[in-house]
Amino acid sequence: MSGSSSSSALGRNWLWIVVLLIAIGLPWLFYDWEKARHSGFLLTMLSQMGMMIIFALSYNMLMGQAGLLSFGHAVFFGLGGYCTIHFLNAAEAGSLPLPLEIMPLLAAFSGLGFGIVFGYMAAKQRATAFAMITMGIGELIAVAAIMFHAFFGGEGGVSANRMIERSVLGVGYGAASEVYYLILTWTVIAALLMLFLTKTPLGAMANATRDNFERAQFMGYDPRRVRFLQFALSGFFAGLGGGLYAITYEIVTFDAVAGALSANAVLMTYIGGATIFYGPILGATLITLLQSGLSLLSNAWLIYVGVLFILMVTFAPAGLAGMIEAHGPIARAGRMGRLAVPYLRLLIPGGATLLGAVGLVEIASFVTIGAAQGKSLSVFGYKIGVDDTMPWVIAFALLGVGGAWLRIEIRHFARVWEDVTADIKQRSV
Amino acid sequence: MEIILISLLNGFVYGMLLFMLASGLTLIFSMMGVLNFAHAGIYMIGAYVAFEISRLVGYFPALFIAPLVCAAIGAAIEVWGLRRTHHNGHIAELLFTFGLFFIIERGVQMIWGMLPVPYRVPAVLDFPLFTLYGINFPAYRGFMLLVAAGMLLGIWLMLTRTRIGLIIQASLTHPNMVSALGHNVPRVFTIVFAGGCGLAGLAGVIGGNYQVTEPSMAAALGPIVFVVVVFGGLGSLGGCFVASIIVGMVQTFAVVVDVSLSDMLGGIGTWIGTKNLLGEILSVPVARIGPLLPYLMMVLMLLFRPRGLLGTRDT
Repeated sequence: MSGSSSSSALGRNWLWIVVLLIAIGLPWLFYDWEKARHSGFLLTMLSQMGMMIIFALSYNMLMGQAGLLSFGHAVFFGLGGYCTIHFLNAAEAGSLPLPLEIMPLLAAFSGLGFGIVFGYMAAKQRATAFAMITMGIGELIAVAAIMFHAFFGGEGGVSANRMIERSVLGVGYGAASEVYYLILTWTVIAALLMLFLTKTPLGAMANATRDNFERAQFMGYDPRRVRFLQFALSGFFAGLGGGLYAITYEIVTFDAVAGALSANAVLMTYIGGATIFYGPILGATLITLLQSGLSLLSNAWLIYVGVLFILMVTFAPAGLAGMIEAHGPIARAGRMGRLAVPYLRLLIPGGATLLGAVGLVEIASFVTIGAAQGKSLSVFGYKIGVDDTMPWVIAFALLGVGGAWLRIEIRHFARVWEDVTADIKQRSV
Repeated sequence: MEIILISLLNGFVYGMLLFMLASGLTLIFSMMGVLNFAHAGIYMIGAYVAFEISRLVGYFPALFIAPLVCAAIGAAIEVWGLRRTHHNGHIAELLFTFGLFFIIERGVQMIWGMLPVPYRVPAVLDFPLFTLYGINFPAYRGFMLLVAAGMLLGIWLMLTRTRIGLIIQASLTHPNMVSALGHNVPRVFTIVFAGGCGLAGLAGVIGGNYQVTEPSMAAALGPIVFVVVVFGGLGSLGGCFVASIIVGMVQTFAVVVDVSLSDMLGGIGTWIGTKNLLGEILSVPVARIGPLLPYLMMVLMLLFRPRGLLGTRDT
């Protein structure tokens, strides 16, 4: 990322090493030394982030790398979770003498197994038919999970105890922090493995079948086999994520295979950016942050996620990572300075538009849900009556004026952007 | 015998409801290549708008106004949303409608709350039409059939007797040729998208009080409608109709069939036991796995005949 030509592995990846150090250190930053315990909220959130990063990255093996839109990816996550619960129960009963650290690997292999079975069906198709068949499989498993009790436990789900008292490192895994570091370790391993997979011939062929499957066929590769392998391997990593989920929560219900989680995979991956390897990491982190932070503040947080998604689809199909990467050439040419002022000029109208939109949604949500819960809206201590016209007028005005101003500024920004990129191109020629 | 007759009638009513949604979806899908994920969301909007209108002015005005509202929403989605994402490809359009569905679902939850709203059958139609073997057949279901039949006739007349219908028909099979002949294909798209959403809205008006009007109604029906479209086959309204009726029948008949796979296979389940997954799958009565059947049908159809029942091109 630094872009320097002195490219030792450390020099090129310093940003990710910093991220990893933050991930390791963050729980201790919020450590309550008086009560000698970690912040439970933070650990839960970080653990969730880890699982979701694995899940989104595995989803991107299909969406971004192979161009396959799956609407049933939660199946592998959930089934990996269900299997892990049964493994844990078997371990506690003594019939499976394996340490807890290895359990996620077992989950991954069960994900791989299901990936092979369902991949055999789904890989026959591509494009829309692939989306349909994965949706069909997803709904099938989700309905089956509620219906059958022997394996899925019906609506109540299945539960287990993660403290099986068998560990390579001699850790009990009673505390959430111990589980978090286990998740972190597996997340790093899984992410590196998936990164490695993109560099293999299979990864390259996945890209080829995505871009032009007929040409890949002419070159002698079977796109169906490429799709199948990619699908099965993506099931492997999704299962790994599901295994960590089962270990963290010690219960797996049909939510883990349901359509909502599959939809989440689509949202996380697309918002983060499907075309760039680290995109889903950004997406999963952002969505989990929103989920744990924003959901406490707002009743309508899912609407924001939906709007963000639609904006991304319409205006930034390469996602957050794509937006970042677009700055790469400019940064390397040392021209970021020229973008600073246009960016600052975007800030005010952008903020006003955002404020107006959020205000509108929030006031509207307090008319209905808030009234039902008997809450009232207050901003910085000021109570806002939702029946008054003033808040509505202000919100609409902010949205309208801010939006109009923002359009002008965006045009200005686009002009500067084009100037700068044209400049750089000219110099390099 | 009476169970079969009653189920036949109910299955037909449900099938017609499915067809109302699926016909619009299949028209949109075959013409524009967009799998409209928001379609069931529009159906839900239709039901809620009809509920509000029927509270204000009555049910029968709602029958006309709510579909128009939905058609207007559909046109707006097409013109301001889909056209902008069109240049990013079909997948982007699909994802756009997917995000839209997300917003519609949360929006409905926000406006009308999580609980069902009391959207009821109008009093004029709230009587038993006839009694069959001691079981009442509600007049409202007869009315639903009437509306559905009227809609079927309307679509058929429009597609075969009008100019725009001919263009739509041509676009179903040869979309590129139609635009090459100089027709304003984007406008045809808008009309079809708005029309499809209007039909979904109509289905919402008559389906909302037949079933329950609640925020989860779209998520419950949406996948089933996809099953119908895939099962019937792309570009074929006839296949869509047959598939709607089949899925409707399967879902209603599954409820009354009380045998299990094990019974059908001569009781092999008895020595496998019911404690494991295989035994449970074998021993569960068909009545309980009813919700599973449509998806099973879809997956099998995609596996063995990707073009669907009467489809002309692969999905």
